[in-house]
Amino acid sequence: MTRITYIEHDGTEHSIDASNGDSVMEAAIKNLVPGIDADCGGACSCGTCHVFVDDAWLQAVGEPGEFEEPMLDINPERSANSRLSCQIDINDDLDGLVVRLPEFQF
Amino acid sequence: MSDVTAQDTKRKRSLVGRDPWTTPLDEIDLAHPGIWQANEFLPFLSRLRQDDPVHYCADSPLGPYWSVMKYKDIMTMEAAPHIFSSEPTIGIVDVIPEFTLPMFIAMDPPKHEEQRKTVQGVVAPANLKNLEGLIRQRVTTILDALPKDETFNWVELVSRDLTTQMLATLFDFPFEDRHKLTYWSDVATAIPGAGLIDSYEEGFEILKECLAYFSRLWQERASKPPGNDLISMLAHGEATRNMPPREFLGNLILLIVGGNDTTRNSISGGVLALNENPQEYQKLRDNPALIPSMVSEIIRWQTPLAYMRRTAKVDIELGGKNIRAGDKILMWYASANRDTDAIENPDDFIIDRPRARQHLSFGFGIHRCMGNRLAEMQLRVLWEEISKRFDKVEVVGEPVRIYSSFVKGYTDLPVMIRSSAIKSAAG
Ligand code: HEM
Ligand code: FES
Repeated sequence: MTRITYIEHDGTEHSIDASNGDSVMEAAIKNLVPGIDADCGGACSCGTCHVFVDDAWLQAVGEPGEFEEPMLDINPERSANSRLSCQIDINDDLDGLVVRLPEFQF
Repeated sequence: MSDVTAQDTKRKRSLVGRDPWTTPLDEIDLAHPGIWQANEFLPFLSRLRQDDPVHYCADSPLGPYWSVMKYKDIMTMEAAPHIFSSEPTIGIVDVIPEFTLPMFIAMDPPKHEEQRKTVQGVVAPANLKNLEGLIRQRVTTILDALPKDETFNWVELVSRDLTTQMLATLFDFPFEDRHKLTYWSDVATAIPGAGLIDSYEEGFEILKECLAYFSRLWQERASKPPGNDLISMLAHGEATRNMPPREFLGNLILLIVGGNDTTRNSISGGVLALNENPQEYQKLRDNPALIPSMVSEIIRWQTPLAYMRRTAKVDIELGGKNIRAGDKILMWYASANRDTDAIENPDDFIIDRPRARQHLSFGFGIHRCMGNRLAEMQLRVLWEEISKRFDKVEVVGEPVRIYSSFVKGYTDLPVMIRSSAIKSAAG
């Protein structure tokens, strides 16, 4: 089990125990964390699973992938630590990961 | 290139009245508008989904094309814009370059993202909050003026007018001239010979008036402090301030067309769907909190744009078929949204459907509808205000559907609001 913390836009925190192999998006949906829509079901094709990765975790999470980059690019709220949570696979190295949720998914 | 007029297509190859299950596969030309207008398209979509999910139509007045029917195959295409290109156009009819405006809907990366980025902020959720109040005001005015106890055309008095007003709001366009917006939108999508215009040249001349009008607004907004409307955002935006006129016009037309017929037909489609499914209408009356999920379900059920076209950039295999570079491919959203492998009981209209936003009406991938949150907001506000006022908007006659396999919608929807269905002022 890997501990992941999601912080909603209003500051509400949700810490959950996620299964390795799930994506950060899937773990949120399974644990009823609000604020992630995931309309495309994890196909990197909707951009509605947008999260901001806590700076301390940027290195561990890594850069957006080749197909993720253009999806992020068309989001007006994109920032340097933006990622699509369906493209982050959970493993032991991410134990303690903190991500923040945008006010709106777009 | 096609010189086929609407008249021509009408005469040829209609599937209306034919049995979808015995018609030979090679005679199925889904892009023919006949079955769409006659509301006979659904069984033909099922047939192809089952018997030939990546279907080749060799002989069509608009040239040969592929039809992709399954949700998962379309998702594969949406995620691969480097293989399935949006250039030169996203409609089945090939374009005449000199009469074609540059629009990012028909561009590939990286140009597409560069252009989209410059305008998408205006319809981002944060900005929509600022627009909602004004839109609610306009909805209220329209609904309060509707006739009681007499039959009227919902498309004309509500769907069309409201969509036009909302467009005007988005551009902060002079309200008394707002019908020009709908007119330009119709001209931009018109097929020469079908009634509105006789030639592409004529259409292009009309759109020059549109450019002149907007250029005036642009000058005016550029000289004032930045505002919340689209023109002001374009006139002040870093990346858009120096946009060449053709590009400016292209972006404007895209926004006008994108948000016009689609929203209009969703407004009409919702009334029809609720009337055809009285138990769902009752659910709505019992629990108006279902409106947001109902809105997504209406958009799925209606699928206002039946397909989008891609063009293969390389030879590629899809669903066991060999598609060649240069081939036209239609991704039939109208079929994918009824695909049992992707959506449970897809033929049922269910206003409290779980994960209601998981549908293909907005497309997916980098071209996913930029206005999707705006469209949903408009429909939500409309249904909130309808629910406050009327227990029922009753369909009292047959709807008349548009003669098009691309734009799925209605020209007429006869309805009546009975005095007995009007809620007391307290609501
Ligand atoms: C229910 C209403 C609507 C539906 C069903 C709809 C449908 C679509 C679809 C299917 C696409 C994808 C095009 C592709 O993949 O080739 C699209 C793109 C687009 N839509 Fe909408 N649309 C709606 C409302 C709106 C509104 C209100 C606007 C106004 C801002 C709008 C503006 C756009 C734009 C600008 C694009 C191009 C996006 C791109 O290429 O990146 N749409 N729409
Ligand atoms: S769930 Fe659609 S992009 Fe992540």
